[in-house]
Amino acid sequence: MLEDLLRLESVDLDRGARRLLTGVSFTVRTGECWQMLGSNGSGKTTLMRAISGLTRLGLEGRRVCTESVLYQGHLPGLKPLLSCRENLRWHGSGRISDNAEKIDAALKQVGLDGYEDTLICQLSAGQQRRVGLARLWLSEAQLWLLDEPFTAIDIEGTSILEAQMQRHCAGQGAVVFTSHQPTSMADLKVLDLDQYAA
Amino acid sequence: MLPELGTFLRFQMQRHLQAALRRPSDIVGPLIFFLMVITLFPIGLGPDPKILASLAPGILWVVALLSSLVVSGRLFQADYEDGTLEQLALSPHPLAISAMVEVFCHWLLSGVLLALASPVFAALLSMPSQAIPVLMASLILGTLCLSLIGAVAASLTVALRRGGVLLSLLSIPLTVPVLIFGTAAVREAALGYDPSSWLALLGALAAGGCILAPLAIAAGLRISLEA
Amino acid sequence: MWSIVHKMGSPPWFYRFANVAIAWLLPIVLMALVVGSIWGLLIAPPDYRQGNSYRIIFIHVPAAVVALAGYYVMATAGLMSLVWKIKMADTAMRALAPVGAALTFVALVTGSIWGKPTWGAWWVWDARITSMLILFFLYLGVMALSEAFDNKVAAAKACAVLSLVGTVNIPIIYKSVDWWYSLHQPASIKFTGESAIDASMLYPLLLMIVAFYGLFALTVLLRMRAEVLITYSQSAWLRSELS
Repeated sequence: MLEDLLRLESVDLDRGARRLLTGVSFTVRTGECWQMLGSNGSGKTTLMRAISGLTRLGLEGRRVCTESVLYQGHLPGLKPLLSCRENLRWHGSGRISDNAEKIDAALKQVGLDGYEDTLICQLSAGQQRRVGLARLWLSEAQLWLLDEPFTAIDIEGTSILEAQMQRHCAGQGAVVFTSHQPTSMADLKVLDLDQYAA
Repeated sequence: MLPELGTFLRFQMQRHLQAALRRPSDIVGPLIFFLMVITLFPIGLGPDPKILASLAPGILWVVALLSSLVVSGRLFQADYEDGTLEQLALSPHPLAISAMVEVFCHWLLSGVLLALASPVFAALLSMPSQAIPVLMASLILGTLCLSLIGAVAASLTVALRRGGVLLSLLSIPLTVPVLIFGTAAVREAALGYDPSSWLALLGALAAGGCILAPLAIAAGLRISLEA
Repeated sequence: MWSIVHKMGSPPWFYRFANVAIAWLLPIVLMALVVGSIWGLLIAPPDYRQGNSYRIIFIHVPAAVVALAGYYVMATAGLMSLVWKIKMADTAMRALAPVGAALTFVALVTGSIWGKPTWGAWWVWDARITSMLILFFLYLGVMALSEAFDNKVAAAKACAVLSLVGTVNIPIIYKSVDWWYSLHQPASIKFTGESAIDASMLYPLLLMIVAFYGLFALTVLLRMRAEVLITYSQSAWLRSELS
């Protein structure tokens, strides 16, 4: 059953006093995978944060978004003094789980098996990003908002991540992501922010 | 399944305490700071125990206030920098309550410890021992108020680059009533009078703060996340 | 109804309103200040206890009263900005904070000047002036917070929250300082007019208070208008207004 997970209608986006985008309108339905494109500074991160609800949009325009959202921004969202396993008990946005097997399986998917009890501060930046991405195998959220998920991920990791994203879309979920790298995913819808530039 | 609020809060508290206890220097540091600053007063004012005893309530309270300011600077800083604050803001649970859990854990590991260690510092300043229970009680209530005030200021300054000094600037005027009531309670007890009215006032400030501060803290955190 | 409030909070409407208001206020305030000053500083009789040195209250008291009221006006503007998202409320807050701080400073300095001949010291920690000093710090805090943010929209919201927090605290601070003072100086004479103040001194004082309120409004409107001129200098509506 197709439903609208996210709908923006004629939305204006500001950063401080500067208007970045005007009249952004797009809808995300279940099963869709969207890539947000735009030049540097065009407002991709600001728009992602606004969609997730972290920042507020301008007065004009409407935003309707499902409650079941997973947002992964530039910051990992992990406590450095806790281990991978301890961190992943809380896979973002208020959902906690105690299922140790699922957590270990997720860590294995991102290539970090053996690191379950390592403290986050002992991992490299790339490894930390991967722990954050392990949430994608644990979360039950319907809409994924991923800001530059492929940063600092190697080629093998990229294909694993793309496969997971497509699996999620096939299973009644949806993904909106931004990326600078070219991607080989099929059935990709594109939102080009340069056409909405103010 | 979305966990209910109680489970989530218990989980939050466990995480905070677990992470905090893995770096004990963060907890002991402020106490050492307190001890060192207290030591400066006899050095600066002279070792006469009668003078020190008469000034002791004020000195102890002012130094407690300064320690609280130093420690409040770190309150939301770590969560802001590693992205956990964003995730808290996005969770369906009220940010005000999640933030209060953090303030509460922070107070347990700073203010309460200070109150428990205060007899030692009181002895260093020759404060009459009959006032020590009141000192501890006033510090427990007072540091809760100070933590709440510090949290409000911290929530507004966490996104700023040199927010530390600004945090003190914003907090200090608001902490004056706590200082007045706290020192009055200890001084009355040291003189042998009844301090209960001053302690009651501190309690009232703490209670009012617990109700109103979360609103300001949540508002401040959302503003900082937008900046 | 909200559309009317929002229209009033819009820059073009405000600009036109400010021009009219300033044109009226300027002569009235100037006149009130001149008349009040001459009346208070020269015509009113000398105090039987303090002689002529009491005359500084004609500046000190109005400054103190308006400074305290000004903080509440600033907090109200903050509320309007935060809750109802009225655009000019942000500008109002930015304009109000330095003016309020300056008035508090005037109150402190004139209080100090009054203190020297009356009590013999440049600074005496009495309840009222200590509370004034804390009010000064509260104003400075709002100004510092506003400067510290790069994002001006976030700065305005943060200052709104801070001034609302301050508003709740001001009565507590004033009362606690009052109790603090009575705790440390049990039997002290109140030098200011808690006792019945003679009509010959009361009327010029009231006039000066009204004049200071007017001066406050005038200064704030001038600052707000200046900010509108700077911010919207390129926009079409302003160019048509100016030409």
